[in-house]
Amino acid sequence: MLDFIARRLIAIIPVLAVVAVFVFLMLRLTPGDPAAVIAGDNATSDQIADIREKLGLNEPIWTQFAIWIGDIVQGKFGESYFFKKTVAELIAQRVEPTLALALCTLIFAVCVSVPIGVLAAYRQGTLFDRIVMGFSVLGFSVPGFVIGYCLIYVFAIELGWLPVQGYVRIGVNFWQFAERMVLPSLTLSVGFVALISRITRASVLEVLNEDYIRTARAKGLSNRVVLMRHALRNAAVPILTIIGLGIAILIGGAVVTESVFGLPGLGRLTVEAVLSRDFPTIQTVILLFSVVYVVINLLIDISYTLFDPRIRY
Amino acid sequence: MFSFKKSALALVAAAGATALLTAAPVQAQTIKAVMHSDVKILDPIWTTAYIQRNHGYMVWDTLFAMDEKFDVKPQMVDKWEVSADKLVWTFTLRDGLEWHDGKPVTAEDCVASIKRWAARDSMGQKMMTSAEGFEVVDAKTFKLKMKEPYGLVLQSLGKPSSNVPFMMPKKTAETDPMQQIKIEDVIGSGPFIFKADEWKPGEKIVYVKNAKYKPRAEPPSGLAGGKVVKVDRVEWLWIPDVQTQVGALQNGEIDMIESPGHDLLPILAKDKNINLFNGNPTGNQYTFRFNSTAKPFDNAKIRHAVFVAFAQEDFLKATIGDPQWFKVCKAPFVCGTPLATDAGMADVLNGNAAKAKQLLTEAGYDGTPIVLMQSTDLQVLTNLAPVAKQQMERAGFKVDMQSMDWQTLVGRRVKKDPPSQGGWHAFLTSWVAADILNPVMAGFFNSSCDKAMFGWPCDATIEKFRDQFAKETDPAKQKQIVEDLQKYWANNPTHINVGQWYSPIARRNNIEGNMIAPAPVFWNITKK
Repeated sequence: MLDFIARRLIAIIPVLAVVAVFVFLMLRLTPGDPAAVIAGDNATSDQIADIREKLGLNEPIWTQFAIWIGDIVQGKFGESYFFKKTVAELIAQRVEPTLALALCTLIFAVCVSVPIGVLAAYRQGTLFDRIVMGFSVLGFSVPGFVIGYCLIYVFAIELGWLPVQGYVRIGVNFWQFAERMVLPSLTLSVGFVALISRITRASVLEVLNEDYIRTARAKGLSNRVVLMRHALRNAAVPILTIIGLGIAILIGGAVVTESVFGLPGLGRLTVEAVLSRDFPTIQTVILLFSVVYVVINLLIDISYTLFDPRIRY
Repeated sequence: MFSFKKSALALVAAAGATALLTAAPVQAQTIKAVMHSDVKILDPIWTTAYIQRNHGYMVWDTLFAMDEKFDVKPQMVDKWEVSADKLVWTFTLRDGLEWHDGKPVTAEDCVASIKRWAARDSMGQKMMTSAEGFEVVDAKTFKLKMKEPYGLVLQSLGKPSSNVPFMMPKKTAETDPMQQIKIEDVIGSGPFIFKADEWKPGEKIVYVKNAKYKPRAEPPSGLAGGKVVKVDRVEWLWIPDVQTQVGALQNGEIDMIESPGHDLLPILAKDKNINLFNGNPTGNQYTFRFNSTAKPFDNAKIRHAVFVAFAQEDFLKATIGDPQWFKVCKAPFVCGTPLATDAGMADVLNGNAAKAKQLLTEAGYDGTPIVLMQSTDLQVLTNLAPVAKQQMERAGFKVDMQSMDWQTLVGRRVKKDPPSQGGWHAFLTSWVAADILNPVMAGFFNSSCDKAMFGWPCDATIEKFRDQFAKETDPAKQKQIVEDLQKYWANNPTHINVGQWYSPIARRNNIEGNMIAPAPVFWNITKK
């Protein structure tokens, strides 16, 4: 097992190297000039040229890359062109809302989608099954921002139960934090619930036709025990896989959801950095997302061993 | 007779009243506003972006300021005089001016601030070419010595929009003009104090009332007069999504939106808790900018043909829609301001495609496609380029409209490459009226070739008019120069003004007070 983890951790290095080169080149080769953005609308060409010189953007592209990689290896992520803060500080400031949103979404989505997926499989062909599958199609089809606006209109503006936007740090006031998390988490989890419930249903359906399920029933075990202990556990591996892959959806969805609900998280930081061509911030945030994605999928791989004893690393 | 019941009730009532009087916290008056952008940069001299200008007005003060009638009035200055030969200007500061750290504002601070501002600002640079230098007389008095009479000294020091000559402590003002000031140096003498510990870029910026600020005695007018702060705290929250901004305002989570989208105004107008307030009656001006170095726009006659082909109303209807929020105005220095005039404009902006076609033939236009950049992510600009394309094509131009996000356009417009190799011929943008009140202030009139703004027009005649205007001290003669300039410019345009438009502030009804100024200001307003 330790060998496997070590091998996977070492495999992260080439992945990050590829991501680093790709992101760096993409930013340099796509149009847009951070110096012109910083200088503002009334700036003269000389002023823009001065700023470009100060930012080191006149250096050859490979020199810029070497400087950046050298800094990254030393744990220096650079300074934002705009905020006069280090990128590490910016990320530290923005990580809590994104982490909170992701965790709330994940918990809500798993708690809702796995039971309804199992029930839909158990009651295959019934009205309940059709409703779940219909919801699943709807969840995939409706864009997150539309769901967000609808929830805002109903629960915040019409009913006045929840705030439209904003974020209160958990340490400042838990209840204000919680009420501001409800709508964004619901919005982001719709697509996730649709995905997991569909996969759960398909996996459980496959397992329900296995001989050992028939044996369990023949032993006189209750439906609950058969479903939870025998069927779900054996169907868990594909469900866990899809949750791991869904982290990418979660990161992508966070960008939109944070913008709609005014959450000052990493998703919004990414959008703002891209729009203002803040190269050091974009590069570091994308590297961070890559690390998170790879590490979560490593944890998912490790967790397979808990559900399927045949899997050994 | 003693009544236990009455005494008990009285005791409870007294206790309740005492509790109300002592325990109830005094509610700090906080205005929560969503501005047009997030404050990412804290130095209003380092960048010309409007959000930094607005931030500057909160923290710093100015020597002079422009009032509602476009007159320049003293602000930090108590008295000023100019010598008979108009070569020596003497300024004396008001008593009791203090920086937020409690140190007094001195003449040395002001001289250093003017020097840093002039190194960055085109109007400041122009003034300094006629200046000999400064002399600090005492702690409150300094002189500006000129090499020759200069007509725009007060207009420069009272410049209302980017870059605004904000006064900073000498130590801060001595920062290299090409570098940003540090966060700990965001110390001004203005009506609000910046709360560095609460600044979260991308989330909010907080200002608290400067209790030691001494407002002028005159009533507020524009950016001049008494800046009386009537709230304890102002928070600028950043909500990027316009629909969410509107929801938050309707829900009472915020008090105002500086610049709500025009398509959302009908929703806001219907809400009985919200009012729409035009705080900037001169508004903004849409502008079509030529790249005067790229063929065929290096030919003035072809640029003039575009001027003849355009009609403003189509642009305004396509972008703003509701006539309540736009005005057809041929005056390049903005209708409603002292230098507004239609001189020289009779034959242009009439949508005369036939005349434009004839001009193109005479000028020998060879059918070179015009690379017209269209920004697609700023709603107030998006529909301008398709209208320009349609009007130009009707006149016989071939137009290659290329769509991109605004920041890509900003990056591309500084490139002098040929249009077919990543350069450009034209794009459309918008100016705040306060930025274009005269030919020296208006950056697109600068025709000093490589030193001009992107588009780089090279026209000695326009430069001569600008110099004459700057050095003329008689307002009547200045107006005559503007008329002569316009007559020439209509045939040799550096850009085209395609209409005036207004952006109301949406605010909840509990916000009251005077906010009529070219930049949004937070003094003299109350929250009930």
